[in-house]
Amino acid sequence: MEIEEHFFRHEFGRIVATLTRLFGVSNFALAEDVTQDAFCRAMETWKLRGLPKNPSAWLMTTAKNRALDILRRERTARVSAPELARLLESEWTLVPTVEEAFSTYAVNDSQLRVMFSCCHPRLSEEAQIALILHILCGFSLKEIAQAFVSSHAAIEKRIIRAKKILAGSTKLFDLADADFPSRLSSVLQALYLLFNEGYHGSSPEAAVRMELCQEAMRLMNLLIEQPALVTSQSYALAALMYLNAARLPTRLDGSGNLVSFFEQDRSLWDHTLIAEGEALLNLSASGTELTKYHIEAAIASMHTSATITEETDWKQIVSLYDMLMAIHPSPVIALNRAIAIAQLDGPERGLQEIRVIHDLHRLSSYPFYPAALGELELRRGNYPVAKAHFSTALSLARNPMERHFLQRCIDTCR
Amino acid sequence: MTEFVYLYRGYEQPASPEEMQKKTAKWMTWLKDLSDKGHVKSLGEPLQPVGKVVKGKKKQVIDGPYAEAKDVIGGYSIIVARDLEQAVEFSLGCPIFEDGGSVEVRPIAPLELGDGN
Repeated sequence: MEIEEHFFRHEFGRIVATLTRLFGVSNFALAEDVTQDAFCRAMETWKLRGLPKNPSAWLMTTAKNRALDILRRERTARVSAPELARLLESEWTLVPTVEEAFSTYAVNDSQLRVMFSCCHPRLSEEAQIALILHILCGFSLKEIAQAFVSSHAAIEKRIIRAKKILAGSTKLFDLADADFPSRLSSVLQALYLLFNEGYHGSSPEAAVRMELCQEAMRLMNLLIEQPALVTSQSYALAALMYLNAARLPTRLDGSGNLVSFFEQDRSLWDHTLIAEGEALLNLSASGTELTKYHIEAAIASMHTSATITEETDWKQIVSLYDMLMAIHPSPVIALNRAIAIAQLDGPERGLQEIRVIHDLHRLSSYPFYPAALGELELRRGNYPVAKAHFSTALSLARNPMERHFLQRCIDTCR
Repeated sequence: MTEFVYLYRGYEQPASPEEMQKKTAKWMTWLKDLSDKGHVKSLGEPLQPVGKVVKGKKKQVIDGPYAEAKDVIGGYSIIVARDLEQAVEFSLGCPIFEDGGSVEVRPIAPLELGDGN
């Protein structure tokens, strides 16, 4: 029997969250140790004897028994969450309380509470994402450093500080708290950035990191599966992820090279994900709020609903970009808007729009800015100018896939 | 054919869940391959890295498996091979070497001596 992909990672997040709920957030290090210990036992046993019938239950039971040992031995509030301390001190209530914490509902609830706790207002967005990856997705410091093109030392410092802030909280974030709406925005933003990092990766090794997208979607699903917590913006972000994920398989070709959006084989888009994304987009329309997630999901939906590029409703896409610029202006969005305008009204109009982008200098290290200029000049037949832009883009490329892609663009300028 | 014990020495370094999964899968693949070829008599048992050593005429009880971490026996398997040379050859695919561990290959002494076949 094979182990399901990323099984250890996902179980790690479930168990560490459950133990943090029992031991209290101030004893987070203990929760981590007990989880690590359960995994070492699993590895030592399974590697010789093979997988048990239910690996997930095996790990949960190992962690649960270890938690009971510790709680019985200590019999003090020192190792229990303050709100559970009384229940965990008496043998009458100890076992049922621990059993309850390991029930499916409670495990999911604990993961959400940890996720909301990780998005502490005193932490930067980068630190929040790193903490979520570390705790809920079981990424090691090395794996996070690779994911964010950062040095091991920098990530270590960031995580140590973030853990201190987390452990300094009196208890895990309460999902019934009055601060829920504002904390939810931070959580959604963190998951949005995590997904985007996977989708438009700036990593030196890979242009697309599917696993970051998958982790963001897994955590997003936890959030929308809880009816009491779902908001229209959560549905909108989930829709955006599903619709973009549907196009992931075609962003790279068979040799792992980036494929231009216009050249992607649309028959390979994942139609199950598209259907789910559309259903989520409908659900997101229930409220009165209109967030950037709603608009970005609507744009993604315009793309996935066109069977060929020529059928794309560029007029509608341009007006969606106008709305997006109104509520959430950024140079990258302005650039994408200009590209959509070029599709609608021709390359000259696109170039004009690029020239008037506010804060254009913020795109100076973004390879797809000169690449867009190159593409539009190419369409006008200005080969030498196009080539110069693509060469600039090439010098800014962040990974071999981008370099290879831009080199091919240069080659077409002859 | 002779039976051999593989004694696995050396405990793994702490690893991330993803690395643990890869290691576990490598071990499972290696043993399954040997097993499919009919060379595994028993997959054996893993041992926990704790215990006591009882020693000497005074039956002194000492904590721990009484060895350096890299020498602690983490488990064993029973392998069937033509001879020691082949048993050693089968051990070469063991993932333990990637982590600086070792496999001790020991023929099991027979109780009855065979007729040479």
